[in-house]
Amino acid sequence: MSDTQTDEWVLTVEDLSKSFGHNHALRSVNLRLKRGEFLTILGPNGAGKTTLIRILATLTKPSSGKVRLGSWDLHEGGVALRREIGFLSHQTLLYDDLTAFENLRFYGRMYDVPNLEKRIQEVIRGVGLERRLHDPVRTFSRGMQQRLAIARAFLHAPSVMLLDEPYTGLDQSAVETLRGILQELAGGQKSTIMATHNLERGLENCHRVAILVKGEVKYEADRGSLDLDTLRQVYRRTVGDELWVS
Amino acid sequence: MGFLAKVGTILWKDLRAELRTKDILTSMFIFAFLVIVIFNFAFELQRLEPEAIAPGVLWVAFTFAGVLGLNRSFVLEKDKGCLEGLMLCPVDRGAIYLAKMMGNIIFILFMEAIALPLFLALSNLPLPWELLPILLLGTMGFAGVGTLFAAISVNTRTREVMLPLLLFPVIVPVIIAAVKATGVVFAGGSLREAGGWLNLLISFDAIFLVVAFITFEYVLEE
Repeated sequence: MSDTQTDEWVLTVEDLSKSFGHNHALRSVNLRLKRGEFLTILGPNGAGKTTLIRILATLTKPSSGKVRLGSWDLHEGGVALRREIGFLSHQTLLYDDLTAFENLRFYGRMYDVPNLEKRIQEVIRGVGLERRLHDPVRTFSRGMQQRLAIARAFLHAPSVMLLDEPYTGLDQSAVETLRGILQELAGGQKSTIMATHNLERGLENCHRVAILVKGEVKYEADRGSLDLDTLRQVYRRTVGDELWVS
Repeated sequence: MGFLAKVGTILWKDLRAELRTKDILTSMFIFAFLVIVIFNFAFELQRLEPEAIAPGVLWVAFTFAGVLGLNRSFVLEKDKGCLEGLMLCPVDRGAIYLAKMMGNIIFILFMEAIALPLFLALSNLPLPWELLPILLLGTMGFAGVGTLFAAISVNTRTREVMLPLLLFPVIVPVIIAAVKATGVVFAGGSLREAGGWLNLLISFDAIFLVVAFITFEYVLEE
């Protein structure tokens, strides 16, 4: 791969497969992500979206195939590469018995975030929780916890964001906060992959859409002029009536 | 921030959370207290030969209570996906093992420090200071292997049952060596007299700490 190509493709997934015993969760998945690009991966339950995101986040090793971050092999390139990855899922990854500040300071230290106190103030303001900064997380509502999880995911300013069903369980306020952040992501330099089964949310900010069915990428296209109705038709055709839930 | 600083950061987080809730310490201490009281009534420790029975009772109480603490330390990480949060951090996963193991050693030693005087008072035994290195070595071996198996069992549906089933067969040498060495010092012997058992404890600790440190990454990932 030439330097030019390496610069262009921030994340490259090559022939990625993952099996759990006889169950093939992913089959020869190939994907590429440019700098600043927002890719939405759609698919029904059990399609392999979460497995794919977990492999990209280095939480799970692939059975075969490679994931490259720039020119580095993500699973062989050392722990420092994890600093480039931000991860947000429906689980908050937060400690209930610590305060919001203690949670962010803990993760900030683990990621070697410079000027940590200042950065914590920035991200906590971004999610509108500055008045609850020193309260234990267990006293937060589900929506507030997810807003704090958003602050945690962005604390170390990762270059690639991985979002796995990030809207699950959010209250309206948290949905708006997350939508605002995703809009910023879509217009910025960060590259983003979001896995969701929600077509409307998935289409909102993305530049490209892929549909994953039974571990295989069955459809991939630039968003272009793709509207929600067209996407629904494509999705239904791709996943089949059996898996389609309107 | 270096490797040891990251270990310290994870350890600080565990200690901070535990000092706030005291979940692990309370459950371990109450369990150890109950075991000691029940054995005290069952064996009438003060009337029979306490030196012969006491070491076994003491280590049964400590290891059974310790299992509760080991289980709890990873259940708390599993809540809200915090273990995944740790795995995402740019740090060698051995650092997670070392921090969790050190946290478990501190919690178990703290439980022992409260339960031991109670046990000695009930069984009318003096505190031989030679017991302290035996407690430390036994606890290190127990927590070293226990932390690894707690990380395995936390991903199973029957984790509370699975941990002792996995752990006890492996730590049999630690328990036997600790009980025998404790028996020697309760009978008025010196650490030199218990030297063979202490050497077994030291060897077990050294070997299994290294093995657990190396294998922990694979345990977490699969």
